[in-house]
Amino acid sequence: MLRMTGIGKSFLGVRVLGGVDLEVSAGEVHAVVGENGAGKSTLMKILAGVHAPDEGTIEIDGRSVAFGHPVEAQRAGVAIIYQELTLLPERTVAENVFLGREPVRRGLVDRAAMETATGELLKSLGEESFGPRDLVRRLSVARQQVVEIAKALSLNARIVVMDEPTAPLADHEVELLYTLVRRLTARGIAVLYVSHRLREIFDLADRITVLKDGARVTTTEASSLDTAGLVRLMVGRELDSYYPPRAADPPGEVLLSVRGGGNARLRDIDLDLRAGEIVGVAGLQGSGRTELAKALFGAEPFTTGEMTPRRPRSVREAIAAGIGLVTEDRKAEGLLLNQRVRDNALLVARATGAPQPRTGVERLLERVRLSPPRPAQEVRLLSGGNQQKVVLAKWMTVAPRVLLFDEPTRGVDVGAKAAIHDLMRELSQDGMAILMISSELPELIGMSDRIVVLRDGRLAGELPAGSTEEAVMSLAAAS
Amino acid sequence: MTQQLKLGRVPAGGALLRRISADRPARPVYVALALLVVLGWLVFALDGGTFLGQENIVGIQQRSAALGIVAVGQTLVILAGSLDLSVAYLISLTSLVTAEIMAGADANVPAAVAAALAVSALIGLANGLIVTRLRVHAFIATLGVALVVRGALDARYDGPAGSVPESFQHLGYDRIGPLPVSALLWAAVAACAWLLLSRTRLGYRIYAVGGDAEVARLSGVRTERVVVVAHVLCSVCAGIAGLLLASRLGAGAPTVGTDGGYDLESIAAVVLGGTALAGGRGGVAGTVGGVLLLAVLDSIFNQLEVNSFAKDVVRGVILVAALAIYARGRRTR
Repeated sequence: MLRMTGIGKSFLGVRVLGGVDLEVSAGEVHAVVGENGAGKSTLMKILAGVHAPDEGTIEIDGRSVAFGHPVEAQRAGVAIIYQELTLLPERTVAENVFLGREPVRRGLVDRAAMETATGELLKSLGEESFGPRDLVRRLSVARQQVVEIAKALSLNARIVVMDEPTAPLADHEVELLYTLVRRLTARGIAVLYVSHRLREIFDLADRITVLKDGARVTTTEASSLDTAGLVRLMVGRELDSYYPPRAADPPGEVLLSVRGGGNARLRDIDLDLRAGEIVGVAGLQGSGRTELAKALFGAEPFTTGEMTPRRPRSVREAIAAGIGLVTEDRKAEGLLLNQRVRDNALLVARATGAPQPRTGVERLLERVRLSPPRPAQEVRLLSGGNQQKVVLAKWMTVAPRVLLFDEPTRGVDVGAKAAIHDLMRELSQDGMAILMISSELPELIGMSDRIVVLRDGRLAGELPAGSTEEAVMSLAAAS
Repeated sequence: MTQQLKLGRVPAGGALLRRISADRPARPVYVALALLVVLGWLVFALDGGTFLGQENIVGIQQRSAALGIVAVGQTLVILAGSLDLSVAYLISLTSLVTAEIMAGADANVPAAVAAALAVSALIGLANGLIVTRLRVHAFIATLGVALVVRGALDARYDGPAGSVPESFQHLGYDRIGPLPVSALLWAAVAACAWLLLSRTRLGYRIYAVGGDAEVARLSGVRTERVVVVAHVLCSVCAGIAGLLLASRLGAGAPTVGTDGGYDLESIAAVVLGGTALAGGRGGVAGTVGGVLLLAVLDSIFNQLEVNSFAKDVVRGVILVAALAIYARGRRTR
């Protein structure tokens, strides 16, 4: 029913997809799996008309199609359900389902027809806990997904793409989603299911397509694979040897310690960070990695448990206790993009009233290997790698004892990546305790002295340096 | 952040506020209005007047009409996620256009009304295009247009000009039974806007664009067009208010819009009525309540002979308090 052939796509000269083929038949659940960055989301967005492919063709029912806009893909019968739902919270279910296509009678919107049709769609999906007139904002995320699916059905979608649909769901809601998916396939609708969670894939999928580094590894019957085999297909590659050597000395004193830390997203976190040690944090999206960093940093504080230094209730307290966070999204959370490098580097020092570094900002910028080190340049003009170095400089002005890194090298080119890795190791050898979150397994394994794995907001286990990607993945994705 | 942190302790009164404002953004303003009417009745009773007497009610309606019409238009642009600061100068401009073209002659009335509405529509189109095509923030775009209009007015006029025939003055002063014609005009404009917002595709799209422009776009809504149309309608409402004020004054005046403070007061009335300044939530019913609230407050002040500085202080406090209450009602859901 759907055939994508030789799909390729580059962003800013970086090739994210090349020669990918994908065939989907009516009524099947087709899982698309791969590590973070393997190209799953890009492929799905091409199918949904969000991105145009640089090369390759898409055929639906043997007819070639090219989508310039998501609405064109909708008309051709492709609906995509994003992780972040695209609903208007202040409008009713019916108004959302028919958004942009409201039925009209004598010039006025025919609310009755709209609500009847929505009611029937909901009934056909087995949903009776809410009605067409309820406000979307009052529904749980799982129910909002039902609204999205009802919207897809009202568009006569024949291919429904679900991108990590269970990430925001609680356990008991996942079962509900399974039922929905089966109802869709029973109508002959093809479901493309993108997920990291291997259990769901084996529960639902008829066939599995594995992507790695922007290329298709294979497409195979789900029944012909087991978990270990699938993980091997997803990660099977040699560990890069580009990482700085690990510390020779055993780690020093404990600089940060948590016992039984918990809040709305985390439970029972026990963690020690020692001087001179880099601790990696692995976990799937939604497992609580970023939440862990934010809890330690006082941005979304722990509400229970013991911590040394004292549990920070705010970011200011955390900084005062010598804790810094290099955030996941440096553009939104780490930097003031339209201000100069100098002002950004001094942001934390000025905010906390710490003395400005005596050696001057220039020395600091050299230390973080900013190239060229121009303090008067606006940060938005720098490359991703240089921006990240400015974030590092920002923290070094206050000399934190514990530095938390959330995806330190995301969107950074190879050269800058190596520089950041070297710098992290250097800081750690100078006696800093470092926590590093990364979804890139080779980086995690190459850099970490040990790796803790999170799953559903809890610690799923700990692995020593030099563990395999398979070991990390199966701990992170097991159920 | 779909999973909000659970607030351990809902502040006292939170539940009541929540119930009052739940899913009906306009409800709190009517609760406040009802309380204020009771207060007004008491004040008048103690002070020896009759609050609910015909004279006072007619006064409230007449004072509200012009602001009410502007505020209805303002509701449309604010719901669409935009804003219009040019309405006050536009009112002055249309009052002059009306009075100059009429020049005291009955025969010119239709042409003058048409011209005033056309001028307003053009200004609205300019506002809308600057906001959507040039991507200038609505605050600055409409402020810029306001300054342009002011400059044009100041260059040509330094006082009232033109004149309106007696027949046209009926609009401002006549009553049908106890109801002033101007209040009926306001009611008609509000009813049209209500119908537009709740029963037409355009209305649905205004909510969608103001709620989340990207969601609207991905659903196939032509978001820019919606914003432009909302601006045109808002300016036409301001133009109607200009006609009404010309009819009251018997002439056009370059300061009639700014003296009334229609720009900021109309925005105040809209947000008092529970419409979110960011767009996508609220409606005309709330705005009508907001305008009435301000008018009742005014009539109480007049009865008590409060000086105008104290009036502004009280109005400012009420506005800020109302917004704080809305913010709390939204947080503790």
